[in-house]
Amino acid sequence: MIEASGLSKTYRTRAGVVEAVRGVDIEVHAGEIVAFLGPNGAGKTTTQRMLTTLLTPTAGTATVAGHDLRKDPLQVRRRIGYVPQGGSTAPEATVGEELIDHGRLYGLSKAQSEGRGRRLVSQLDLEGTWGRQTRTLSGGQRRRLDIALGLINEPPLLFMDEPSAGLDPQSRANLWRHIRALREDRAVTVFLTTHYLEEADALCDRIVVIDRGVIVARGTPEELKRAVSGDAVSLRLRDLDDVEAASPVLEAMPHTSLTRSDGDVLDFSLPDASLALPELFAALEQAGVGLAGIEVHRPTLDDVFLSLTGRALRDAPVSTAA
Amino acid sequence: MRFLSDTCVIFNRSMRLSLRNAVWLVIGISQPLLYLALFGPLLKRIVGLHGFPSGNSWQVFTPGLLVQLGIFGALFVGFGLIGELRAGVIERMRVTPASRMALLAGRVLRDVVVLLVQSTILLLAAFAFGLRAPIGGVILAVVLVAAVGAAFAAGSYAVALRTRTEEGMASVTNSLAVPLLLLSGILLPMSLAPGWLRLISNINPVKHIVDALRALFLGHVASGTVGIGVLVGAGLIAAGMAFGTRTFQRESE
Repeated sequence: MIEASGLSKTYRTRAGVVEAVRGVDIEVHAGEIVAFLGPNGAGKTTTQRMLTTLLTPTAGTATVAGHDLRKDPLQVRRRIGYVPQGGSTAPEATVGEELIDHGRLYGLSKAQSEGRGRRLVSQLDLEGTWGRQTRTLSGGQRRRLDIALGLINEPPLLFMDEPSAGLDPQSRANLWRHIRALREDRAVTVFLTTHYLEEADALCDRIVVIDRGVIVARGTPEELKRAVSGDAVSLRLRDLDDVEAASPVLEAMPHTSLTRSDGDVLDFSLPDASLALPELFAALEQAGVGLAGIEVHRPTLDDVFLSLTGRALRDAPVSTAA
Repeated sequence: MRFLSDTCVIFNRSMRLSLRNAVWLVIGISQPLLYLALFGPLLKRIVGLHGFPSGNSWQVFTPGLLVQLGIFGALFVGFGLIGELRAGVIERMRVTPASRMALLAGRVLRDVVVLLVQSTILLLAAFAFGLRAPIGGVILAVVLVAAVGAAFAAGSYAVALRTRTEEGMASVTNSLAVPLLLLSGILLPMSLAPGWLRLISNINPVKHIVDALRALFLGHVASGTVGIGVLVGAGLIAAGMAFGTRTFQRESE
C-alpha cells in the first residue's frame, strides 16, 4: 500500500540547512495498521506530509495506494484519506456541512456525499451531531469527525497524524476501538504517527521507529521488545551458597547474560523468558539450587526507545515544528 | 469542469460561514457609511478650493469610499484564512484532488460578492446624501472596484499562506495599507497636493483607480484617466491572481 525508498526532505532556513528526513524507507502492506513512532521533531510528520502529497520530497521515490507520488499526485490524493494533527474542521460549520462539502471536493454529488457522511456519522458514534456546529463537539467527537472526513472518499489507505493527542484516556481507548474497526469493517490500511508508546503497542501490527530523520528500528511490538533488550529476570535464592551454585548454571544457558548480583538476588536478561525459564528451572534443580522467588519483567516500548536512542521518549526535545 | 464545480463548493461554503458571522459584514459596511455621514459634510466646505476637481463634493468623495471599501476591505480577508489554516481546514482541502486554483477562486468570489453588496448599500446611502452621477459610469466604477478588490483579496490570501500568523500578516498588510492609502487621494483628491507629493502618488496604482472612478462618476467614460485606471486594474488582477495561484499551488510547509 505504501512503498517508499530513500525519502528525504531538506529545508533551507535562515539558520542553515535542516535535514528533517534523511533517506527513509517504508513498506506498509494492505490491511496493516502501522505506527510511525518517534519524539516530536523526529521527522514523522514531515514524512507523512510527503506521503500525502503535501510536501515534495527533496529526494527518494514512493508509491502510495498504487500510484507514483511524484508523477501522479492527483491519483494518490483520490485514494488516500488524511486526518491531520490538531483537527480539520471550521468551528462555525456544522458536522453535516463539513462532510458534504468535503465529499464534493472529491467529485461526489451532494446526495452521494450526504449518504456517505450520514453512514460515517453513525459508524463513528456521532449520531445526533449532524446539524451541530463542530465547536460544540467534545474533543473525542471532533477527532472522530476528522476521521469521518478522512474516509468520505472511501480510501483504501488512511493516514493519521497523532490521532489521540490531547484526548483523555477514556476517549483514547474509544478512538482505538474505532481505528481497529476501520480495518475490520472497511478493510482500510492505517499508517499513523504517534509519540505514545502505549498507542503503538495497543493498536498496531508493526512499528517503524524514527529518530532525528532516520529509521532506527522496525518490527512488531513483540519483536522490537525482544530484539532490543530481552526479558529481565530477577531470581531470589535461598542463601549465598545457592547464589554460588546458580551462577555457572546461568552462564551455561545460551543468550543469557548476568546483569547484576546483589546479595541473594541475581538479575539477568534473556531473549524470551517464557520459553527459556522451564529449561532454566530444570538446570537449577539439577544443580541443587534452592529458589526463593522469581520476577520477570517484560520490556515496554519505552525500554526499546531508550536502548535504541539513548534517550527516553518523553525527554526528547519538544519542538513545535514536529 | 472540475475547476468550476470545486470553485462553487468553496464559494458556497465560504459564503455560508461568512453569513453565519454576520458581525463582520456589518462592520465592513458600517465604516464607509460612517465616513459618508461624518466626513462627507466637511468636504462640502472645501469644494471651492483651488485645485479641487470639478463636480459636486459627493461625486469626488463617494468614488474614494468605494475604493477604500474594495481595496482595503480585501487586503484584510487573509486574516480569515489564517483561522482556517490553524483549524486545519486548508490542510484537509489540500489533500483532496480539488483544484488548487479553485481553493483560492471560491474564496475570492465570495469576497467579490460581499463587496458588491456593500458597494450597493454605500451607493444608495450616498444618493440619499446628495450624490448625483450618471448610472452607467457608476456601474462601470463598481465593476472596476470589484475586479481590483478581487486582485487584492487574492494577494491577501497569498500573504496569509506565506506568513501563517496574524502578527506576520498584520505587519505586511499595515506596512502596505498606510502608504497606499495616504498616496491614493481617497479622502482628499491628489489634485490638492503639492507637486512633489503628486509625483510620488503617481507610482501608487490605487491612485489611478481612484482617479478613474472619479472620472466615471462624472460620466467621462471614454477619457484617458479611465483608460489608465482600467490598465492599472488589469495589471493588478494579473499580478494578484498570479501571486495567489502560485502560493496556493506551492507546497505547504
